Amino acid sequence: MRYLPHTNTDIQQMLATIGIADKEALFSGIPADCRLSRPIDLPPGLAEVDILAQLQQLAAKNAQVSDWSSFLGGGAYNHFIPAVIDHLVSRSEFYTAYTPYQPEISQGTLQGIFEFQTMICQLTGMDMANASMYDGASACAEAVLLAVRAAKKRNRVLICKTLHPHYRQTIATYCRYLDVELIAVETDNGTTPLEQVEQLLDERVAALVVGYPNYFGCIEPLSELAARVHTVDARLITAVAEPLALALYKSPGELGADIVVGDGQSFGLPLSYGGPGIGFFAVREKDMRLLPGRLVGETRDLDGNRSFVLTLATREQHIRREKATSNICSNQGMCALMVSIYLALHGKQGLRKLADINYARANWLREQISTLDGFALPFSTPVFNEFVVTCREPVADLKKRLEQQQILAGVAIGRDYPGLESGLLVCVTEQNSRKQMEQLLTALAGEK
Amino acid sequence: MIPTDSRGLVLDEPLLFEQSQPGRIGYSLPDTEVPQSAPPADLLRDDITDFPELSEVDVIRHYTRLSTWNYGVDSGFYPLGSCTMKYNPKVNEVAARLPGFAEIHPQTPEALNQGALELMYRLEQALTEVSGFPAISLQPAAGAQGELTGMLMIRAWHEARGSKRTKVIIPDTAHGTNPATASLCGYEVMPVSSTGILGRDAVAAVMSDEVAALMITNPNTLGLFEADIRAICDLVHEQGGLVYCDGANLNALMGISRPGDLGIDVMHFNLHKTFSTPHGGGGPGAGPVGVAEKLIPFLPLPVIIKEGDDYHFDYERPQSIGRVKSFYGHFGILVRAYSYILAMGGNGLKKATELAVLNANYIRARLEGAYALPFKERSLHEVVFSEENLGGGCRTLDVAKRLIDYGFHPPTIYFPLVVAGALMIEPTETESKQTLDDFCDAMLAIAAEAEQDPDKLKQAPTRARRRRLDEVTAARKPRLRWLP
Repeated sequence: MRYLPHTNTDIQQMLATIGIADKEALFSGIPADCRLSRPIDLPPGLAEVDILAQLQQLAAKNAQVSDWSSFLGGGAYNHFIPAVIDHLVSRSEFYTAYTPYQPEISQGTLQGIFEFQTMICQLTGMDMANASMYDGASACAEAVLLAVRAAKKRNRVLICKTLHPHYRQTIATYCRYLDVELIAVETDNGTTPLEQVEQLLDERVAALVVGYPNYFGCIEPLSELAARVHTVDARLITAVAEPLALALYKSPGELGADIVVGDGQSFGLPLSYGGPGIGFFAVREKDMRLLPGRLVGETRDLDGNRSFVLTLATREQHIRREKATSNICSNQGMCALMVSIYLALHGKQGLRKLADINYARANWLREQISTLDGFALPFSTPVFNEFVVTCREPVADLKKRLEQQQILAGVAIGRDYPGLESGLLVCVTEQNSRKQMEQLLTALAGEK
Repeated sequence: MIPTDSRGLVLDEPLLFEQSQPGRIGYSLPDTEVPQSAPPADLLRDDITDFPELSEVDVIRHYTRLSTWNYGVDSGFYPLGSCTMKYNPKVNEVAARLPGFAEIHPQTPEALNQGALELMYRLEQALTEVSGFPAISLQPAAGAQGELTGMLMIRAWHEARGSKRTKVIIPDTAHGTNPATASLCGYEVMPVSSTGILGRDAVAAVMSDEVAALMITNPNTLGLFEADIRAICDLVHEQGGLVYCDGANLNALMGISRPGDLGIDVMHFNLHKTFSTPHGGGGPGAGPVGVAEKLIPFLPLPVIIKEGDDYHFDYERPQSIGRVKSFYGHFGILVRAYSYILAMGGNGLKKATELAVLNANYIRARLEGAYALPFKERSLHEVVFSEENLGGGCRTLDVAKRLIDYGFHPPTIYFPLVVAGALMIEPTETESKQTLDDFCDAMLAIAAEAEQDPDKLKQAPTRARRRRLDEVTAARKPRLRWLP
């Protein structure tokens, strides 16, 4: 077997050094009634060429977005990935390393994370960010836990219904057996109505969680929400599923958010059927010691050279055990590296220009669809690169009809939003050319 | 041969922000193709302050240089105990990048992604066969999230029976995630001390009708098989509790023993350990869970089911604990793990376990005496020494740092906590006898240096890019981001 280097001679010499006769003796500490008495029932190992042939067969049964005209978003975004990223992250000094416990031989990973933390702060307008989390949904759940822990005697958290359904469901799972009361805030015109928030806010509330852009692609009135949330000294948690929007719209930090979480998949990660993504988590200085997850800080070595190291470990599970800020003990290191490379490559100008393209195309398509017979825009709030349209034709039928033309028209939102059964969430990125959009319009208009 | 005379060129590299030049670009973008437009002015942001501006070449050199400051499995031996740093096969990387896997959107109708669902279904079946658990969820993102998922299921099972238990028993050898996880599920932690192997009597002494579960690691963090495991599971079950197993050390058991056959109710896998997916500098991993029959209704959402020849996600599971993350699993990692299983086959997996255990015992045999071995029982895939025998006032940390000078990644140190100055060595099966001999020669040379010239250890490393770091100042005055 090509991954196993032992020759028979090696094995015999090693057994002799250990002082046992055969490999079986290695397992003498396992009682007989705990042993598996038969071989593992899996097919024999394959040659590399056969592995790839088998996997190609499975891959061929999937609808890859490069063969389709895809207007799918809803938490995963089809952005172009520059060739630089895969070339750099294929350097195995990065991907075959582990958590940088030995900083003297891990400065590459550590400096990379320090730069990641910095760029997340710059993008979100926050003071500090951690080394990353699993994904946006779990980061959002951890943000709720932070807010409740910080607020001490308060246990109520307001969750805007416009927040991505997966984020809401994940929060509910994480809080299932904790003393946390989750209260849903209704929606109006695609965003969160301020009057209802005012009614729900009191000194029992630890935080309000809102998407920016929200699940409908709409831009929530963050500064107005922040002002209200702060009147009762609660925290505003902002969740960003499409962070490219932050290159165009004011940052949550600038608008008064206390915690900003989200998913960085848009920045250079393949769609990969939804995972791995990468959660980011940024806070104000006051919450630094309550942060979950890994943190990298700057320091010096014995010779006085600038260096980077994992720090503030006393928050973490391997020191604090049951009193830790979270049970998380890794980050999404490789994904954080991809995000950093993507952001460094696009830079200040490129990221804004890319956001402009996304905005212009999405809003053009939105306008065009609204002129078609049988389609309407349910919300008038500004959007970024996603928007909801309502259709006269049943959404399931419409989607099926367009699939015949190799078009993935969008995400049906009815299952998560009763009352919006006619709603289709359409996403447009720089990957959707004008030609693709015109084909979509023709196809939509085709039958009613 | 011990590689002490290596030389290389290590280039310095400032932060991205320090190299930034206004107006420099590294991007290429398509035309807008539609009329320009913009949101209302009061919503628009200004430039992202201090965001870098670099050329493509700048970015390439930056990260290429950073990579040379890292040590990975592909650089050399990485015997980090409990982390199973085995070789990451390259075909797995190719597999995960196939456009039919990398370019599929999670909101695509299931009928159009049958290949992805089938791959995951087959992976679940393979994990079932290796572990003995009748059902698997691939949903959890990493081991710690698998633990959380498992413990939430245990709590949900109790609640469904109207049982209001409040405590979880955790041996003091356990990984820190265990108590942190129990506490996230609203449980109070009851530590139980174990001297090497956890005895049934030690559990019996603390087991009661207030205890919801026992969390155990098997083999444990000393590399020892929990020989009383069946009796312990029976005891916990008799008194109405469930048993959680941390599957971090499954690499010691493939084809030898199946946790699901021993009475364990739920276990997480670490695909980035046992099934060779890359550690990625700290993630992404994947932490599937396997469960006994009684916990199947509580699996997280969604669950993959097969109906005829078609695969679906099932969301209609009223007793489920719910969703623990977006979409389903770290698919890209799952592809790599499945590719590994295809390469190894059933016999190959067993052989991997045998050779992993052989390697660990070979290191043990070569180093015992020079290094103190606090637990004498036959250990499996890893071996834990203490700092007790070290001369010259040297500590475990000094040995670890001196190993860097010899060209090796240090083992896990100061864990498990039950061993004073633990050196926890896990070689894995992908290392040859020559590599192990080089490592053992280095360890023996270091033990001799500790007696004769302890400063060589205390000043180490001297040959890495950096010398020891001031970690105290880093924590006292945290600088967690660059500022101009």
